[in-house]
Amino acid sequence: MADSDSLTDNRLLLLAPADNVLVACVALGAGTTLQIDGEAVTLAADIGMAHKLARRDLAAGIPVIKYGAPIGSTTAAVAKGDHVHLDNMKSDYIATVNDATAAVYDGKAT
Amino acid sequence: MNGWQRKDGRKGIRNIIAVAYLVECAHHVSRQIAAGFPDRDVHVIGFPGCYPNAYAERMMIELCTHPNVGAVLLVSLGCESFNRRGLAQAIAESGRPVETLVIQRTGGTARTIAEGRQWLAETWPLLDAEAPVPMAPDELIIGTICGGSDGTSGLTANPAMGRAFDLLIDDGAACIFEEAGELIGCESLMADRSARPELAAEILAVMDKTVRYYATLGYASISPGNAEGGLTTIEEKSMGAYAKSGASEIVGLLKPGDRPTTGGLYFLDVVPDGDVRFGFPNISDNAEIAELIACGAHLVLFSTGRGSVVGSAIAPVIKVCANPETYRNLADDMDVDSGRILEGRGDLDQVGREIRDLVLAIGDGAETRSEALGHREFILTYKSFEPIGPSCLPAA
Repeated sequence: MADSDSLTDNRLLLLAPADNVLVACVALGAGTTLQIDGEAVTLAADIGMAHKLARRDLAAGIPVIKYGAPIGSTTAAVAKGDHVHLDNMKSDYIATVNDATAAVYDGKAT
Repeated sequence: MNGWQRKDGRKGIRNIIAVAYLVECAHHVSRQIAAGFPDRDVHVIGFPGCYPNAYAERMMIELCTHPNVGAVLLVSLGCESFNRRGLAQAIAESGRPVETLVIQRTGGTARTIAEGRQWLAETWPLLDAEAPVPMAPDELIIGTICGGSDGTSGLTANPAMGRAFDLLIDDGAACIFEEAGELIGCESLMADRSARPELAAEILAVMDKTVRYYATLGYASISPGNAEGGLTTIEEKSMGAYAKSGASEIVGLLKPGDRPTTGGLYFLDVVPDGDVRFGFPNISDNAEIAELIACGAHLVLFSTGRGSVVGSAIAPVIKVCANPETYRNLADDMDVDSGRILEGRGDLDQVGREIRDLVLAIGDGAETRSEALGHREFILTYKSFEPIGPSCLPAA
C-alpha cells in the first residue's frame, strides 16, 4: 500500500491516483485532525474502518471515483474530509436497499 | 501434491463418499445414513425440489462425478420427478461405485438407513484400497467467491486472492471467478481483458443480462451489512469483488457445470437465462460455491470481511479474512489473515504467496479450518440456463 501520498495521513488509503475519496485503514473518531493532500482537516463525524471520506470538496451530482473507477454519484455537496456514504451518494445502476426491514414481513396482516 | 486418480481420467484432492437425496423427502434418511460414519468423509448433497429442472439434474451429475468424489449413494423417496436412473447411469459410466435406494421400495426410514449404512460400510474398503497418485498444480481447478463483504474485502483479501490466482495460473492451473451480480460496473474492464473479441462480446451480453435481472428483482446484490462495513453501491462492491480475478487474461466463459478446457482464468456466469422465473440467482453463498464445484473446482477461495464461517460439501473452502477486527473475533474459522495488511503487517504480494502455498498444501490433504470444524454446507435450487456459445471456450 505504498501508493498513499506522503502528504496524506497514513491512516488513509488512496487506492488510485484519480480517486476523489480516501479509505480509512482504521476507525477514526470525530474531531480527529489529519492531513489530506498537505492540508489539515478535522473530521466532523466518525469514519468506520474501510469507510470513505472526501479527498476534496465534491459538488452534488458528480461521479465518486474509487479504485480509479466510478462507484456511483454524489446526491449532495460533500466537504473535504466528510464521510461519503449512502446519505450523500447513490448507485448509477441499481439503488442500494439499506433498510434491513424493508422487505421483511412484519408479522401483521396486510 | 498427491491426488486420487478417477477412471474417467480426472484427479481429485479428496476421496469422499457422497450421499445424495433426490428430493427433500429423502433428506433426513440421507443425513442419518451419513451420521453412521462421523469420522469419515461422507458428504450429504441433494436437490429438494419435486418438480423437474434440467439445471438441477445437470448440477447433480457434475457434483456426483466430481473428482473429489469416490463413490455415490443415491436416496430417492420414489415418487419425485428426478431422473434417478439417468443420474445413476452417469455415475456408473464415470467408473464410480453407485447404489440407489428408493425409500418407498426399501420399506421405510429405518430399513433404508440400515441398508445405506451397510452399502457405505462395504464401499469404504474399495476407496481405502486406492493408492494416491502424484498431482501437479496444472491439474488443479480453483474457484473464488466473496461473502459477508465489507469495505476491507476489496482492499486486502480480494486483491491478495487475485495475486494468488495469477501465481496459480502461471503454474498452469485453471481459476474461475464469478458473481456477475457483483461485477456490475466492471463490464468494460472485463471486456478489455478478454482473450478474444468474440469472448468480450459474450461477457458484455452476460453483464447486460445481469443488470436487467437484478433491476427486475429490484435489488442489487448488496446488503445492509455490506453498507455498514463501508460499501455504498453495487459498483463499489463490484470493484472490490473484481479484484479477486487478478490480472490474468480472461480465456473463457462458463455456465454452471461447464468445465475449463485449459489452464487460465475463466469467468462463470451464474445469472439464469431468459425471464426472471425462480427468484434470486443465488439465494446464499453456498449456492455459488456448489456451482463452482460443479465446474470442477477442487477447492474454493472464499474472501470475507464481516466474517462468514461456511465450508462446503465435496470441496474444501479456504477462508481469507479481509478485516483485521473480524479476524481477531473469528480466528478459529479463518485460514488466512489478510486484514493484517491494513495494520502494516504484510503486503498483498506476501499474502498472495501465502494463499498460493496454502492451496497446494490443502490440495495435498491438509485440512481447512471449515473442514476441521465439520462444515459441509450445500444448497441447490431451481434455475435455468441456455448452453454457452461456441466462442466461450478457448481452443484446447
